Amino acid sequence: MPRRDDIGSILLIGSGPIVIGQACEFDYSGTQACRVLREEGYRVILANSNPATIMTDPDFADATYVEPLRLDVLTRIIDKERPDALLPTLGGQTALNLAMELVEAGVLDEYGVELIGADAEAIATAEDRERFKAAMLEIGLDVPASGIAHDMDEARQVVERIGLPVVIRPAYILGGRGTGIAATPEEFERVAAHGLDASRIHEILVERSIAGWKEFELEVMRDRADNCVVICSIENLDPMGIHTGDSITVAPAQTLTDLEYQQMRDAAFACLRRVGVETGGSNVQFAVDPATGQQVIIEMNPRVSRSSALASKATGFPIAKIAARLAVGYTLDEIPNDITEETPAAFEPTIDYVVTKVPRWAFEKFTGTSGVLGTSMQSVGEVMAIGRTFPESLQKGLRSLENGRLGLNADPAEAALDEMDDDALAAAAAIATPERIFQVEALLRRGHTVDQVHGATAIDPWFLDQMLAITEERRAIEATTPDGLGRLGWRRAKRLGFSDAQLAHLWGIDPSQVRDRREAAGVFPTYKTVDTCGAEFAAETPYHYSAWEEEDEVRPSDRPKVMILGSGPNRIGQGIEFDYCCVHASFALGDAGYETIMVNCNPETVSTDYDTSDRLYFEPLTFEDVTNIIAAEQPMAVVVSLGGQTPLKLAGLLPEALIAGTSPRSIDLAEDREQWNLLCAKLEIPQPPGGTAVDLQQARVVVADVGYPVLVRPSYVLGGRAMEIVYDDSQLEWAMSELSGFGSLGIEGGLSAERPVLVDRFLEDATEVDVDAIRDADGDLVIGAVMEHVEEAGVHSGDSACVIPPPHLPDEVVATIEEHTRRIAEALDVRGFINVQYAVKADEVYVIEANPRASRTVPFVAKATGVPLAKVASRVMLGATLAELRTEGLLVDRVVGDHVAVKEAVMPFNRFPEADPVLGPEMRSTGEVMGIDLTPGLAFYKSQISAGTDLPDSGTVFFSLADRDKRAGLEAARGFTDLGLSIVATSGTAAHLRYNGLPVADVVAKLGEDGTDAIELIRSGAIQMVVNSPRGRGSRADGEHIRAAASAEGIPLLTTTAAALAAARGLTDWRHFPLEVRTLQAYHRGITRGPEVSVP
Amino acid sequence: MTDDGREIAEALLVLADGTVFEGEAIGASPPGGVQTGEVVFNTVLSGYQEVITDPSYAGQVIAFTCPHIGNYGVNPDDYESRRPFCRGVVVRDLARRRSSWRATGDLDGLLREHGIPGIGGIDTRRLTRHLRDLGAMPGAFGTADEATLRAAAAGAAGTDGIDLVATVTCDEAHTVPSTGGGRRIVAYDFGIKSTILRHLSGLGEVTVVPATMPADDVLALGPDGVFLSNGPGDPEPLTGIRDQITDLLGRVPVFGICLGHQLLAGALGAETFKLPFGHHGGNHPVRNLATGSVEITSQNHNYCVTEGSSPSADLTHVNLNDGTVEGLRCRDVPAFSVQYHPEAGPGPHDSRYLFAEFEDLMAAFKGKVHA
Repeated sequence: MPRRDDIGSILLIGSGPIVIGQACEFDYSGTQACRVLREEGYRVILANSNPATIMTDPDFADATYVEPLRLDVLTRIIDKERPDALLPTLGGQTALNLAMELVEAGVLDEYGVELIGADAEAIATAEDRERFKAAMLEIGLDVPASGIAHDMDEARQVVERIGLPVVIRPAYILGGRGTGIAATPEEFERVAAHGLDASRIHEILVERSIAGWKEFELEVMRDRADNCVVICSIENLDPMGIHTGDSITVAPAQTLTDLEYQQMRDAAFACLRRVGVETGGSNVQFAVDPATGQQVIIEMNPRVSRSSALASKATGFPIAKIAARLAVGYTLDEIPNDITEETPAAFEPTIDYVVTKVPRWAFEKFTGTSGVLGTSMQSVGEVMAIGRTFPESLQKGLRSLENGRLGLNADPAEAALDEMDDDALAAAAAIATPERIFQVEALLRRGHTVDQVHGATAIDPWFLDQMLAITEERRAIEATTPDGLGRLGWRRAKRLGFSDAQLAHLWGIDPSQVRDRREAAGVFPTYKTVDTCGAEFAAETPYHYSAWEEEDEVRPSDRPKVMILGSGPNRIGQGIEFDYCCVHASFALGDAGYETIMVNCNPETVSTDYDTSDRLYFEPLTFEDVTNIIAAEQPMAVVVSLGGQTPLKLAGLLPEALIAGTSPRSIDLAEDREQWNLLCAKLEIPQPPGGTAVDLQQARVVVADVGYPVLVRPSYVLGGRAMEIVYDDSQLEWAMSELSGFGSLGIEGGLSAERPVLVDRFLEDATEVDVDAIRDADGDLVIGAVMEHVEEAGVHSGDSACVIPPPHLPDEVVATIEEHTRRIAEALDVRGFINVQYAVKADEVYVIEANPRASRTVPFVAKATGVPLAKVASRVMLGATLAELRTEGLLVDRVVGDHVAVKEAVMPFNRFPEADPVLGPEMRSTGEVMGIDLTPGLAFYKSQISAGTDLPDSGTVFFSLADRDKRAGLEAARGFTDLGLSIVATSGTAAHLRYNGLPVADVVAKLGEDGTDAIELIRSGAIQMVVNSPRGRGSRADGEHIRAAASAEGIPLLTTTAAALAAARGLTDWRHFPLEVRTLQAYHRGITRGPEVSVP
Repeated sequence: MTDDGREIAEALLVLADGTVFEGEAIGASPPGGVQTGEVVFNTVLSGYQEVITDPSYAGQVIAFTCPHIGNYGVNPDDYESRRPFCRGVVVRDLARRRSSWRATGDLDGLLREHGIPGIGGIDTRRLTRHLRDLGAMPGAFGTADEATLRAAAAGAAGTDGIDLVATVTCDEAHTVPSTGGGRRIVAYDFGIKSTILRHLSGLGEVTVVPATMPADDVLALGPDGVFLSNGPGDPEPLTGIRDQITDLLGRVPVFGICLGHQLLAGALGAETFKLPFGHHGGNHPVRNLATGSVEITSQNHNYCVTEGSSPSADLTHVNLNDGTVEGLRCRDVPAFSVQYHPEAGPGPHDSRYLFAEFEDLMAAFKGKVHA
């Protein structure tokens, strides 16, 4: 069937900010969809609030709305654009839910917009658990016994019928939020109540628990001629009971006989047909009883998903791209497999390697969390590794995690396990945590049998035995020497995935010696190709992975080649922004005639789409793996400064002549505190006073000099890992001991003699400013933007909202900042990006730090200003001058217009109810959104909606402020009362507000005092917003509970007075002006405020 | 010796063109440390037991592109015939430990029990690419020295022009009782798979007869339909069988699969040719020309019917990867056949409707005869 001609324009909804459960996989799928639909000649209208995405680049859609993903806003966009169709299946759960809201509100009917890909009936059948189970039973598929409940009474009745243990699953959620297992009546009461709260429609499924069963997923596609194919089977190493997003997963499935696999395949197709997914990709999850082989269907997602992104990268079959084509009428047999080019997409990929996905968690960022894995997803990112066998891919995956591990143990970090006795280790391994995989290996190494470990973990014995093979090889390696290993021994070790660094650790020698001996033994890596067909057909796919085999398939070309090192797994502090920069570099350098080679290990990203670069190496970003690729490809330059800290760490280790742009020495100069201080002194640019310390004693010496409060932070980290504001001696002691603990385990941000801790005077109440700029070899410099943070200095820049242009900085301060930036860039001899952070206090500009690399704000700045900074910087790094790029047309002037752009961070506190949801110097946000409009208030307000904070237009605001915040808080409170909101406050705050003439409706009791306290008020629904600023680490108890309650109830929580003030102004503008949406393309042409839009 | 006490015996695989691959011996030990056969690759991700016990692999050494083989062991239900007829197995990694609730033994044990040697640790992707580019070719493997293996490989027979059916067919007729239908079916055993028999017995009682049984003897059994089974090797030398099929056509409904398809086409005068490296896998897309829909199919053949060489039959199915003939239906007589394996075992179940079509054909023919 040909392409549909009865539709001309298609609205695509993105997935919004990166949150746990919904990460850059939807940028990957959405970007593919945009590309394909435009190739097919459709007008593509895109709505997505996330500025760090590739898909929101103005080149990827005809009309790009970086606007809040909310019903009213989407309705406005539809009213303006009148799309013929809405494709809701490529933007994750967010897009699917919004599409359903648009259907339910009658918007799609009113405007005659057709849902393509999946219709409302299909979405409802798949998403509503009761309907889904009924539908599956109707077609003869087995499901776990269960019942639906809408309140606690119903829930209790279900449990009486089916018995404990049960798993609770709320309807309409993503990433398993609000799900949990209950084995006792007490647990049941708690988990069920939590689940009811988490569901948009207050509905939970109470289901017989099948924890411990084996878990499988099939990625399937269907076209409108009813052709169905399985793209990939995935087996979870972790059994049922652990969210698949938190499980180590393996493709293809390893422990199913064909009989069972085909039964599952038939069931998946039957499921798709019954649910009514007319076209596109779906994910169907199964559980299998390991004792009997009984299969039950768990759930299906009628859309592309995290798993389908993984399946696409695992097989080379681009599910999202094909799904987009199917949605506009093509059938699978009409679409060519663009890897083989000669065969159609109507086939099932077969793979001749093993893919392992390992989640990346960030529990260390959320003090108070247990770190125990369950049915609610908690990981913030993932890596994928390709090996010829499972042990090889597992070890590659583990060393890709960027958490200091070198593989499956055999590294310094395993020392922590060695300290545990057998019983403690076995007890620990029985509980699913991020450490479990390492504990399992340690148990096997201590002689626990595969069956014992299987009994404790329910991990399939086949996987355990494969891990045992690694363990046994390790023993053999330890028992010999590099010279005693022999060629076949070397090959066996490398084939089991041992890194040079692991071998170096086992032998107590240097990794470079390992490399020398290995090469002397004649053992070198080879590169294989991902081709969807197990080499059955010739494929020129430029998608490779390393293996220790006999044949190398990669033939170096003679074009000038640039290698771009990606950013590895998403984690807090390093996310999609850096992938955006790497992808842009690839595009720009490709356009400029270079052959681009991407190296990365994150399956969610656009960078690991084999379409993005000329060649893709899906490999860990370690020194060994990268060096091997350099040897194979012989690039003329390696880009290390666009992928965040991961590649930057390698800068000093790789040959200096290969590093594109700013030299490693300059990078070091900016990081080395002493050299940096000298440089600032020479330039006469003021800095907050401070010093460095490798231990507590030295830290005390620095503090004696500069005085409290001080900011304590490790060097060479992103995202403010372990950064603390310290007010007294005891806090200092605590902070230093934390950091030295990390150092001994090789954890990112750990303290060591080479990487001392920075101790600086903390400037209270200063305004923080970020600058992104690019400098070329001629010394020419372009300022990307000067960004003013909404939150004061002390809140990590990644967690702070920031505004372009700076609303409160006088012109002369901005000029000073720009001049400082130019001189710092000059002094560091920057060739490419530089990001400088300043604190401005009383119009005095202090420089905090400079980093000659791409920053997190680059995509935001590019979208706010219309300047493709990452493209420009990558060209500059390869020697182009800014003048040349101006002539070429790549470097354009910042757009002139009256628009204001606000970037807001999105916090994952709803996933970590135990953690204090307060902003601080350690970054904890997972993603960001952009609000853009013609006043600062409107832009801020939109950014809040996008970040999921629905600022209330009426009702009551609760204020509880630290003394130092009371002055600024007054202004915010006045703003709210002017809008007609009423104020309640704790006694001290209330007294301050009343003293200044503000009405306070009620004084709220402190926790434990007589009278109604804040938590009770929050829970009773009497409060619509909480403004609560922390009082430092000492007296946090009250505030922490209040903030936790607000977070749990989903009530807007502002933890700084600056944010409260911005919220008040935003609400004012929001009420004053009608809702307006505009495309990024229009903003980039320049929009000036008409007379109808004046700042109130 | 490895830590778990297994001896690692280094072994080599040498192809007829002299290409050498390094590995280690698995399965049975061949005499003199040398085993020969035509090396073909198979791309299935699951179903190694069915593949290894499929008689169509007689004379061949099966190289699996899927790296982990043996993971779920072996069990009594997944045999496709009474024993393996292949000459060897090449894998990247043989599982050390099996895991499946159905398993009763491990793959290495099955290979040893039936005297099938194998070689593990091979860069099977390199091997596959080599065979893909240069075509399936004979090879020798084992623990013998390289010169011995090289000589053996160079001297090893391929499958061209050889009657391999004679090595796998049953010695005498036997009956498989009906599990459902009331038909009486005669199935020629050219190397028939158990899964096919399971499907046929769903239509009625099946009498499995040796490949050499004359047409008249078959008709004497009073069948409602005759089935031409899959089997190994080159259809070309099987002239006697083709003649019997010619005799049957028009007198009884005929359904052929794989070699049976080639022989039916041959009986109609069609030509066959050898594919460069064959089709061996579970993921080949085939278009049903009558419905337009795509079936994902299980395939295992090296020879193929030349398109347009059988004017009395309509093309019904086409391979979407390479356009080759996948199905034919006679215009004048009640007979049809497919090149692929609708019974699966291993493989997808998309094409099982063909057994129902056989039933329809038998029903229609019976009606006609008795009208």
